[in-house]
Amino acid sequence: MAQTETTLTTKKKSSLSEKTKEAISAYIYISPFFILFGIFGLFPILFSFYLGFQKWNGLGEMEYVGLQNFEWILTDQIFWTSLSNTLIMWVLGTIPQLIIGIILAYALNSALIKMKSLFRVAIFMPYVTSTVAVAIVFGIMFNNQDFGLFNVILGWLGFDPVSWGTSWWGVKIAISTMVFWRWVGYNTIIYLAGLQAIPNELYEAAQIDGATIRQKIQYITIPMLRPIIILTVFTSTIGALQLFTEPLIYIGRSFREEGITVVLYLYREAFTNLSFGPASAAAIILFIIIIIISSINVFIANRIGR
Amino acid sequence: MSEKTGSKKVSISKLFVYLLLVIAAFLSIFPLYWMFVMATNHNSVINSVPPAFIPGSELVTNFTNVINTIDFFGAIWNSLIVSVVTTIGVLFLCSLAGFAFAKFEFKGKNFLFVAILVTMMIPPQLGLIPQYFIITQLDWLNDLKAIIVPGLIDAFGIFWMRQYISSNVPDELVDAAKIDGCTNFRVYWNIAVPVIIPAFATLAIIKFMYIWNDFLWPLVVLREESSFTIQVALRGLIDNYVRDNGMILSGTFWATVPLIIIFLLLNRLFIQSLTEGAVKS
Repeated sequence: MAQTETTLTTKKKSSLSEKTKEAISAYIYISPFFILFGIFGLFPILFSFYLGFQKWNGLGEMEYVGLQNFEWILTDQIFWTSLSNTLIMWVLGTIPQLIIGIILAYALNSALIKMKSLFRVAIFMPYVTSTVAVAIVFGIMFNNQDFGLFNVILGWLGFDPVSWGTSWWGVKIAISTMVFWRWVGYNTIIYLAGLQAIPNELYEAAQIDGATIRQKIQYITIPMLRPIIILTVFTSTIGALQLFTEPLIYIGRSFREEGITVVLYLYREAFTNLSFGPASAAAIILFIIIIIISSINVFIANRIGR
Repeated sequence: MSEKTGSKKVSISKLFVYLLLVIAAFLSIFPLYWMFVMATNHNSVINSVPPAFIPGSELVTNFTNVINTIDFFGAIWNSLIVSVVTTIGVLFLCSLAGFAFAKFEFKGKNFLFVAILVTMMIPPQLGLIPQYFIITQLDWLNDLKAIIVPGLIDAFGIFWMRQYISSNVPDELVDAAKIDGCTNFRVYWNIAVPVIIPAFATLAIIKFMYIWNDFLWPLVVLREESSFTIQVALRGLIDNYVRDNGMILSGTFWATVPLIIIFLLLNRLFIQSLTEGAVKS
């Protein structure tokens, strides 16, 4: 009797300290993230906001200049060019990618098709290729010269060669094609996962009611796919606004105005011109633009398809 | 009669679907094939109209030129070290943190978890410039640590591990191990880790691919050739004044092949991991 009592109390005691122990362990287990994020994430972000109001070349003293950096960026014509380039390439690269992704996913999901996994692997392969490699290969395909692959194809079709790398639309089409090629298969597979989650009974019921294929797509597929469409629009938008590798590889160190993007502009200001103040201001402006566009996305997503 | 037209209709739409998929598959693979064709041809063949569409005989010559232009194997080695070390570190830290969030009770748990999720929404460029100066202050410029250590921050990984551990590691097992006198770390190591191997595979593929293909950050902090990752080194190929496309695409092709081979071997796991990760988050 006495013995059971003591085991009970020790158990109670140890379970109490067990709780504290558990909490201590938990804090230790999650602390690496917060320590590292503090050093390499949070502090740099706060410091960016500070640096946006300073004049600094990276070596000497910082000097508070108020809103001058922002003024400088917002009156720089090249910044606006970089912004409009980014938005144009966002539209050119993203919208066809998502539409064709849905079509391909629909085709892959069709019950009639054999060798599905083979097609899946082929279509997904571009995503495994690094962005740098994609930009190099397509950069050579979109060569200005007659022997560039796309100019050869244009020649076959009876058109004149295009100066892809130096013309206003040429650069944008080339870069958007790189983005399109690398990501369309990835989005296809995501849509495919979404399509496979739609219960077959819905289609069967519609079939019985005599629905056409178009009606099935319009009233079953698209609404059921809506959360996944929103997800892909969201991620591809954020990715497009951060476009950097493809234009840097394609247009090189010249930072040609036809292809400069906001992140490229930021990179040039910071690491080529060593104007760290304006570069930080550009980073803050980019952040604000991303927030605005994401909010518009969320707003539209909530409106549509209600 | 109507059955006949019905089956005809099916076969036409079937044909159309096949055609669509064949074209898509062709366009997906062609640039990779073309890269190989260029990697085996002399620059003069490449720069003629029409260009070569079948492999040539310059495979070795082009690759020798690559090795003479950039430190190809050194860069591959650096990429491998950076990707492997970061991935292993992330698997360990994220599963440990995910385990704490899934199975332990502590003050501020929900708040801290939401805080981690919020960090996922911050665009990485926002802190780019100060990050560069922190690396300079730490004297990590041209040091692979500059990629590895910040790479260990992975909010998605913690989220992913927490979800997986919550639904796959039974509470009873954790409690039983504790009653048996296991320390908290033992519970993690002996009970949780063996169960979450599939989640490790997924996260490993996502992380490895991300680090292997990353470009902007390595470009900023790796300035000396001896520290280049393969992506940064590839850029050295196109920066030359003489553009030898055969050489450029040879380097690009051989830098792409390892990942493609791993992908083909593990394609099911790859596709599932990379897309599942996106959908779940």
